[in-house]
Amino acid sequence: MSAGDASQEGTPHVEPGPQAGQGAQAGQGPPVKHGPPVKPVRGRGPSVVTRLMETRYLGWIGLAIALGAPLIIATPYALNVMTSAAIFVMLAVGLNIVVGYCGLLDLGYAAFFAVGAYTGGVMAAELDIPLIATVPAVLVVTVVAGIVIGAPTLRLRSDYLAIVTLGFGEIIRICATNLEITGGPSGIYGIPGLFGDDVLTEPAAFYYLTVLIVAVAVLLAARLGRSRLGRAWRFVREDEDAAEAMGVHTYKVKLAAYIGGAVWGGMAGVLFAAHLTAISPPSFTFLWSALVLMAVVLGGMGSTPGVVVGAVFISLAPELLRDLADYRFFVFGVLLILVMIVRPQGLWPHRSQETARTAARSKEPVA
Amino acid sequence: MAQLVWNGLFVGSFYALVALGYSMVYGVIKLLNFAHGDLYMLGAFSGFAMLGAMGGLVESQSLLALLLVLIATMAVTGMGGVALERLAYRPLRGAPRLSLLITAVGASFALEYGTRIVAGPNPRVYQVRLGGTTIHVLGARITVQQLVLVAIAIGLMFALNWLVMRSRQGRAMRAIALDPKAAQLMGIDVNAVIARTFFIGSALAGAAGVMAGGYYGKIDFLMGFIIGLKAFTAAVIGGIGNMQGTMLGGLVLGLLESFGTDLLGGEWRDVFAFGCLILFLTVRPTGLLGERVTERV
Repeated sequence: MSAGDASQEGTPHVEPGPQAGQGAQAGQGPPVKHGPPVKPVRGRGPSVVTRLMETRYLGWIGLAIALGAPLIIATPYALNVMTSAAIFVMLAVGLNIVVGYCGLLDLGYAAFFAVGAYTGGVMAAELDIPLIATVPAVLVVTVVAGIVIGAPTLRLRSDYLAIVTLGFGEIIRICATNLEITGGPSGIYGIPGLFGDDVLTEPAAFYYLTVLIVAVAVLLAARLGRSRLGRAWRFVREDEDAAEAMGVHTYKVKLAAYIGGAVWGGMAGVLFAAHLTAISPPSFTFLWSALVLMAVVLGGMGSTPGVVVGAVFISLAPELLRDLADYRFFVFGVLLILVMIVRPQGLWPHRSQETARTAARSKEPVA
Repeated sequence: MAQLVWNGLFVGSFYALVALGYSMVYGVIKLLNFAHGDLYMLGAFSGFAMLGAMGGLVESQSLLALLLVLIATMAVTGMGGVALERLAYRPLRGAPRLSLLITAVGASFALEYGTRIVAGPNPRVYQVRLGGTTIHVLGARITVQQLVLVAIAIGLMFALNWLVMRSRQGRAMRAIALDPKAAQLMGIDVNAVIARTFFIGSALAGAAGVMAGGYYGKIDFLMGFIIGLKAFTAAVIGGIGNMQGTMLGGLVLGLLESFGTDLLGGEWRDVFAFGCLILFLTVRPTGLLGERVTERV
């Protein structure tokens, strides 16, 4: 088990001083406000569906489905669609760090996707090196981009951030269109593969590789959400002033979430560049940012399985509902409003075992 | 030089008109209405439809026809704004801010692609094109139509300013902006006033849409996206929630853009504008005329 569990185990060892008590309250805080109500312990147990949705093997089941899918259908077209879906899952999980965990609305998420894709693509094409060698540089650039855009705006009201990220998304797209190094409106072609031109060119092999990378990314994001930092994020999301009063450095914590989102987006961009071997500005419009947001909101903000399922749904929907192509985005918009009014926690909401455990623990001294 | 200033003021008056609606809604219920730019787009399209229906009058008296359409469109987009508030925003009053913002994004999406379903994905060309005679003032080329449009914009702004600052309605709006609960206790019908605020703001956006359609000639279903962003920039520069500040912000943004374009070239215009937005938020987040607002807990 990883750092998340370790820090959590650490709490009871500390003498039950004021800090430990507050920590427990912090963990308990979120579900009281607008999460799903905590079920009473007595009464009938969770249903089969609930138990299936909360099983700890969920991640393995998801991975098995993703790895097994090519056994059912493996036409080049289907593999192409599935690879795109996997990359989209990575994007959604990254945005989930910002929107779901920390409650900051990022409407220009495609910008980080573009920054990653272009940094990797341009470097690989210009220097003629495999894409994987550009990953350290992409990491640095996306972190810098996250700081540049997050640092001035995260101090402000949360709704300002939404618009600034929207503007930032446009800035990046226009820069990509106008600059010479990014190939202008037609973009860049002939990006070398992830490991150079000759290795792993089979669509199926690339699909499996993508799934594995995305699985690691999803796991890391979920772990991050359960870490000490992740709890701070949720606390900030639920009540920023209370978090500040409890000693959480809200600005730093928010910036960390923002940078985390930027890194995930950038890495997804590298995968995107490797997948298509050609990138151009129209791939990074507001539409993309909105679709990723849609996936996160529909699935359930802050819930990893929900977001993954939401992303798979959003990216496969156009393939499944081809006849409704014209109505698709209209329906998405209406759906976004409906979800917020009827079921703001999403279709597969976050139900943390950690909060149940801390809730149980914090009851003891009271009773 | 004079030409740059005039161009800036001309574009700026459009921005100010759209930004006012943004600013009003934000001032009264602290909601960033992302769909505001799309109401501008809706105005342009409903104006287009009405001009198409009017037929003969358009050719003989283009400016008069445009004025009639302008007024009718203001009513249409105003009602659109009220409907939007009723269906999407009112059920969420009191919900967390994030939910409201996401709803606003959804509303914007629904309006854009709803228009696309009705009017088709291709740009439409306005039947009326305001070209016209030019006059020279201090070396700047100014067309009469531009002057008329700016005059209409300024007239609308003055009317709005009077409404908000002098009328009973305006006092109710300002009361809600200060404290919705207390306003309700004092007997103000909060829902009705908010609906009216949406009506006025959306009507102004619709007016700007028709004017832009008549002046630039080409409209499409995504035209509201950039102008919405620009209007927000203008509102932030001037001080969001503050009427005079927002008007000033629109003009300042227009001037900044005009000079920035001259300096860097037209393709960097939007980058320059959004760069200004980020700069302003960093240096002076309350805007030129805004007061420091402490966030309520």
